[in-house]
Amino acid sequence: MSLVISHLARRFGPTPVLRGIDLAVEQRELIALLGPSGSGKTTLLRIIAGLDWPDAGGLSFDGDDWLARSAGERRIGLVFQHYALFPHMTVRDNIAFGLSVRPRGNRPDRAGIADRVGRLLRFLQIEGLADRYPAELSGGQRQRVALGRAMAIEPRVLLLDEPFGALDAQVRRDLRRWLRGVHDSTGTTTIFVTHDQEEAFELADRVVVMNAGMIEQAGRPDEIYDHPATPFVARFLGLTVEVPVAMRAGRAEAAGLDLTALPRRAIPDGPATLFLRPADIQPLPDPAAPFRVTEIVSTGALLRIMARDDAGCRIEAEIPRRDGRDLREGQPVALRPVTGQIFPAGGTLAARAPATPVTLKEAFA
Amino acid sequence: MSVAAVATIPAGRRKRVLPGFGLTLGVTLTYVGIIVLLPVIALALKGAEIGPARFWDIVSAPRTLAALRLTILAAALATVFNAAYGLLMAWVLVRYRFPGRRLLDAMVDIPFALPTAVAGLALTALFSQNGWYGQVLAPAGISVVYTIWGVAVAMSFTSIPFVIRTVQPILEDLDRGQEEAALTLGASPFQVFTRVIFPAILPAYLVGITIAFARSLGEFGAVIFIAGNLPMKTEIASLLAVIRLEEYDYNGAAAIALTLVAIAMVLLVASNWMQARLTRRRVPA
Repeated sequence: MSLVISHLARRFGPTPVLRGIDLAVEQRELIALLGPSGSGKTTLLRIIAGLDWPDAGGLSFDGDDWLARSAGERRIGLVFQHYALFPHMTVRDNIAFGLSVRPRGNRPDRAGIADRVGRLLRFLQIEGLADRYPAELSGGQRQRVALGRAMAIEPRVLLLDEPFGALDAQVRRDLRRWLRGVHDSTGTTTIFVTHDQEEAFELADRVVVMNAGMIEQAGRPDEIYDHPATPFVARFLGLTVEVPVAMRAGRAEAAGLDLTALPRRAIPDGPATLFLRPADIQPLPDPAAPFRVTEIVSTGALLRIMARDDAGCRIEAEIPRRDGRDLREGQPVALRPVTGQIFPAGGTLAARAPATPVTLKEAFA
Repeated sequence: MSVAAVATIPAGRRKRVLPGFGLTLGVTLTYVGIIVLLPVIALALKGAEIGPARFWDIVSAPRTLAALRLTILAAALATVFNAAYGLLMAWVLVRYRFPGRRLLDAMVDIPFALPTAVAGLALTALFSQNGWYGQVLAPAGISVVYTIWGVAVAMSFTSIPFVIRTVQPILEDLDRGQEEAALTLGASPFQVFTRVIFPAILPAYLVGITIAFARSLGEFGAVIFIAGNLPMKTEIASLLAVIRLEEYDYNGAAAIALTLVAIAMVLLVASNWMQARLTRRRVPA
């Protein structure tokens, strides 16, 4: 266990931004803080960095109380969303900054600094840019320099705030793979903030989904994807179709829907809500079914099918285009969800799972 | 409209967002020509009429030399003070929030708005033997009125807004992320200032200092009240030029004025050159 966050709370004036965060980060872990804007993920990152201070709670690293240490004493590497490179310094001097500001006693000598910077430049594949200024670099290059500057001090924890937020799609994908490689070869414990689900799931060992200042769910990407713990996580992960159902003996029932493919759930009898991904719903032509296709839109690879029943319930399904050749508008269809998530009705908050810290060991148990 | 039609419109007839480039540039150039350039050219021509030998005689006369020495020395004193105090003032106005900050911010412009003669009178009253400041300073053996210190005080008063107002916007626009980055990299607050903040504001700071110095060299209204204007002692160069003019010594007046212009020009060119050097590679071409 390296970084332990306990009951962390922070408010800006009357607005609570963090409402009791508990999280433990293991050595060498790569963690994504995922959430919509305003969920408090950047504030959490800044508190870990020592640039903001909580109103309550604890933060320690290997038993050392970090709330008693300044940002500089924590030896963390922080990469800012807009990089915050020093514009009056060359790439080389930017990367050397953290070493050159050390007190004389433990500062490497000139040759030592040059050597470390040279190795980083090679490692990050930006040797050719060493004598350029930040204004002369592209976004992706600046990102690499910012990472190099943070890594030069051999940080105990690397923190990245929306690391790919300001880049275009292709560069994002390349840098994502590259960052994963950097992490795997250095083994530095890394926490990054993102609002991009794909980015979080592709990169991270563990994803922490945040909403309104609380952790909704923390776990391995596949685990969260398959078993969202709360309605918020379900919606955030694309389970955008919500159908009211009735639970009976652990099975969900709804008129016109074939829910037999869903496993039994330990949810008491009564009203509940079924969350579905459009791609997990199969529309099957069935003259007796209450749902009718109202609209079919092609996105190229997929067909997006809107269906509604006489009661006005609308459901959106997505299927590969080649599977939808026999579907016509106005046709009656039976809808068969392959997989979905059920939460008892009665408000989303009641269904919220307690935000308990999930350690890596528990996650893999 | 087809793409081809757009492509064949001649460059000269392409619509600009705002019309009137020809008119506005014309007005601007006319203005610069009549108000700025012509007087300087006239002065230069007048100087050329004098001839180098006579010019040198005027400028190297003891009274002229004394006036120039006093002017430059007092302007240097005023500028050293303004450089330090102006930076501090800009820092306080940008970095802290306190009651009365807006008022303080507005007060910075008073020296711009106040007639310089009024400033001179007020300063003289304050620093005279029985003025508020003079009463305190006189027992300590410090006299300001009728000395170089008085000249420097008056120059400083009228030129300090130049330093504050050039540094302030740059300081406001600084990316706080850079300071935070430096802190997380282990820099001390002092290192954050000297290695991150100061280099960022240095180009503007140099410009502010140069303009303040140039302005001090030419300050007239505020200075003549407090200086006492004793020839060889507390007589500034621009006042000497006025005196020569009143004596119908046009050549003398022009030679002194030209010398002041030359010093100011050299300073401005040097400051622009330094600024260009410092910012050369910070902004992509």
